[in-house]
Amino acid sequence: MTSLPQPLMTHLLSVLIFLPLAGAFLLIFLPKENKRLLRNTAFVLTLADFLLSLPVAILFDGSTAAMQFVEKVPWIPQYGISYHVGVDGISLWLLMLTTFLMPITILSTYTSVEKHVKEFMIFMLLLEVGMVGVFLAVDLFLFYIFWELVLIPMYFLIGVWGSDRRIYSAIKFFLFTFAGSVLMLVAIIALYFHHYAVTGVYSTDLLAMAELVIPVKLQFWMFAAFALAFAFKVPMFPFHTWLPDAHVDAPTAGSVILAAVLLKMGTYGFLRFAIPLFPVAAVDLTPLLATLAVIGILYGAFVAMVQKDIKKLVAYSSVAHLGFVMLGLFAFNVQGIEGGILQMVNHGISTGALFLLVGILYERRHTRLISEYGGLSRVVPLYAACFMVITLSSIGLPGLNGFVGEFLILVGAFRPMRALTVVAASGVIFAAVYLLWMYQRVMFGTITNEKNRHLPDMNAREVAYMLPLIVFVFWIGVYPQTFLRKMDASVTALVARIEAKRQAALADSPPGETLVARYFDVGKGGADGTAGH
Amino acid sequence: MAPLAIDGGALLTSVTSILPEIAVVATALFVLLLDLAIPEERKNLLCGASLVGIVVALFSVVALGQGRIEGFSGMIVHDGMGAFFDVVILAACALTLMMATGYSEWEATHKGEFYALLLLSTSGMMFMAKGTDLMTVFLGLETLSIPIYVLVGFHRNRMSSIEGALKYFLLGAFASGFLLYGIALIYAATGTTKIPILATMLYDPRILASPLFLVGAGLLLVGFAFKVSLVPFHMWTPDAYEGAPTVVTAFMSAAVKAAAFAALIRVLLVALPGMQPVLWKVLWALAVLTMTVGNLSALVQDNVKRLLAYSSIAHAGYVLVGLVSGDVLGGQASLFYLLVYAFMNMGAFGVVILIARKEDEGYDIAHLKGIGFRYPALGALLTLFLVSLGGIPPTAGFVGKFYLFSAAVKNGYIWLAVIGVLNSAASIYYYLRLVVAMYMVPAEGEVPVPRPPRILFSMALCASAAVVVVLGVLPRSVLEIAERSVLSMLM
Repeated sequence: MTSLPQPLMTHLLSVLIFLPLAGAFLLIFLPKENKRLLRNTAFVLTLADFLLSLPVAILFDGSTAAMQFVEKVPWIPQYGISYHVGVDGISLWLLMLTTFLMPITILSTYTSVEKHVKEFMIFMLLLEVGMVGVFLAVDLFLFYIFWELVLIPMYFLIGVWGSDRRIYSAIKFFLFTFAGSVLMLVAIIALYFHHYAVTGVYSTDLLAMAELVIPVKLQFWMFAAFALAFAFKVPMFPFHTWLPDAHVDAPTAGSVILAAVLLKMGTYGFLRFAIPLFPVAAVDLTPLLATLAVIGILYGAFVAMVQKDIKKLVAYSSVAHLGFVMLGLFAFNVQGIEGGILQMVNHGISTGALFLLVGILYERRHTRLISEYGGLSRVVPLYAACFMVITLSSIGLPGLNGFVGEFLILVGAFRPMRALTVVAASGVIFAAVYLLWMYQRVMFGTITNEKNRHLPDMNAREVAYMLPLIVFVFWIGVYPQTFLRKMDASVTALVARIEAKRQAALADSPPGETLVARYFDVGKGGADGTAGH
Repeated sequence: MAPLAIDGGALLTSVTSILPEIAVVATALFVLLLDLAIPEERKNLLCGASLVGIVVALFSVVALGQGRIEGFSGMIVHDGMGAFFDVVILAACALTLMMATGYSEWEATHKGEFYALLLLSTSGMMFMAKGTDLMTVFLGLETLSIPIYVLVGFHRNRMSSIEGALKYFLLGAFASGFLLYGIALIYAATGTTKIPILATMLYDPRILASPLFLVGAGLLLVGFAFKVSLVPFHMWTPDAYEGAPTVVTAFMSAAVKAAAFAALIRVLLVALPGMQPVLWKVLWALAVLTMTVGNLSALVQDNVKRLLAYSSIAHAGYVLVGLVSGDVLGGQASLFYLLVYAFMNMGAFGVVILIARKEDEGYDIAHLKGIGFRYPALGALLTLFLVSLGGIPPTAGFVGKFYLFSAAVKNGYIWLAVIGVLNSAASIYYYLRLVVAMYMVPAEGEVPVPRPPRILFSMALCASAAVVVVLGVLPRSVLEIAERSVLSMLM
């Protein structure tokens, strides 16, 4: 791995971002009738992207919190905007998750996507450009561009290749997430001018912004704008309403990517931008956000329990799982945050795999209603076994990946938020209830529906893409140290930095200040952050 | 009285300052004459000749550069600002002509008058953009408007065309009246119509407080607001845009808007900075109204032309956001946006012309069904233009909006920026409706066959797409040019 040529090594991250883009261009010129060629090309391209990302993970130095594999080129220099990418312990595994899942997802579409294969693959590749870019961008302007870039391909994937109410769901997905993020754009601009006012230098660089000690009143409004954008994406209760629709109507590949990567962009955004930039506001609003996270855990679980449609059940389980991630992040300690990051990866693997499994079933029977199935374990034993492993991983069985993440989160969250953590822990039980109950109804018992009697089991291709996921389910579950080790330095530094910046920003605040007094000019009327007009 | 002396040097400078305009007017006259000399089936030569004239004019703009050349005793100036808008207007005209190659054949507008009127109107716009005297601005406005009234009604056998032309003419005439009356009142209050001199006069608080001047400035603003269709002076826009031949609609939406904004920017930034403390409230309200009413009205349109008409109203609101603060950053953001808007909007209209197949028909959204996958190039192009109009990265439309809203935030107008971005989120809905129709709704029966584009037509679309993408990814140099343009105007 280390023997990659030097120019490739110095531009490795750019290659990771733009290889899929080049691939999308390449696909334009391939004949659209030759579906086999199109599929194979897309697969090879995403696989190449994954293989090229391996050196990043292997050579990544876990002993430093600094950005690594950095590339920085002036882009619009008169405004201090640069093309600045890098990877650290926080983004490393999300990058790997993305590049790892792409070839798997492409492989899963070989028989399920038959119409407009060319356009489908082009959108998948464009999606990868945006996702990889989001996790690697260290410049706020660049980040925002990649952030929005993801919307269009996903909108098309849902709207064109989706089922039933796909148009409604596609537009809802687009409008909700876009409306959430435009306010973040205003906050980015405001932050940009604040940086200029303080330092006299125009810059949109995250590392430069992170040096600022932002006045607390300003922090409140900016955090609110960033948090809204990310909360829509995660999605946190009560901003989640687009998610079940989008998931149910998206094609399998769209659901997989949506759940596994797109939702992580929201939690990653909190961790990378909202929390370190505005620590005072983040800490002060923790009771609110953590409560919403716990409501999400319970709400997602309860609603999942009553679903008749397997895919919808998995979609609501995402709301619950992401609630755990948010709880971990807002514990503001190393265990909680590492658990949160690990759980992001876990959820990507487990829920991604669940959607793939539902897709396999849907492809054979064209229904996802639980009541249509029953007794499948005898007909398709291999499928049932895979489903079992993934279900248990999603529940958080010790020895599998989900347990490690949830355990770390609960340990981290217990000290600062005791009551909430106790309630959240009950969510683990509910997850077992709705997932196992679903598994039981689909897999066990007698075969009630004649159509299921001769279902073919998983074929070689399906096994080929399911197997790597199962390997990681066990790997993370048994030896999470591989993954945690590379995060340690970055997360420890982040936690220290949050506290230090919080203290610095609060240096002028009188002790015992109420939050209302801290953020609003009580008596003077009006809020300061909206100064102007 | 001293005898009238002709200063040869001054005359030469004056002529130099309007070289591009001379080229355009000369071409217009040549085209009229050529029309008499060539037979009916060779009329496409007229279009070619017009294009050559535009290219010559473009070259002369580039040759003159951004240096400041004052002509006709300060009535007109060729500066960075003038050069910038000359390029925008000429580019819009060139795109219109390239699209007209096909359109004229399909819709029988291959007439000498069509091209001559187009060119004369273009020259009026250029004069307007370069006028440093309110009288020049007014003359430019009239020179641009009268040919446009005729062009809107060019389909003289179609009711919608005539109706649009009449509405536009009546309201436009009122607007011109307002503008002229405003100029007269300003002259009465200050004794000058020269924009740079006005700026110095406004340091006098007595003038700033004089009702004569305030009413004059207000009427002036109303006149401009009509031309760039700011709410509540936008009533003519949907009808005129819908009725006009679609190439003319495209031209109006890009070039007329750019020219009127050019004059407005000059007046606001050069003459009226003294009024900023009062003026920003008016502009703020106009911007918010224009964005919101434009977008909300566009949401319910089923006719693509009307939808784009309302969208163009909303876009005038976005440009105005940059002007509220009256600073250089806002000015350059407006310049950049008008340039980008010209290309993305004309591109969108261009694709729509091809898909609609027949004037008066085919502009219903339902007509787009199935186009996306059946004709991938057309679908991709229209999607690109719509995405850019919606302000989604990585297109030029996003960069443009980013700078407009930056200008607002920088000067503390946070709420204006918030309302602006929310508006642009709302606008996504109706732009996506077109995309939904193209890609996601199954076509009933056969997908209509679009018109086969002429080579020049295709080039126009590709050029627009290239601008939208390149300025979205590498906006650096054009932003620099825009900045220099505004600075050179303020010198």
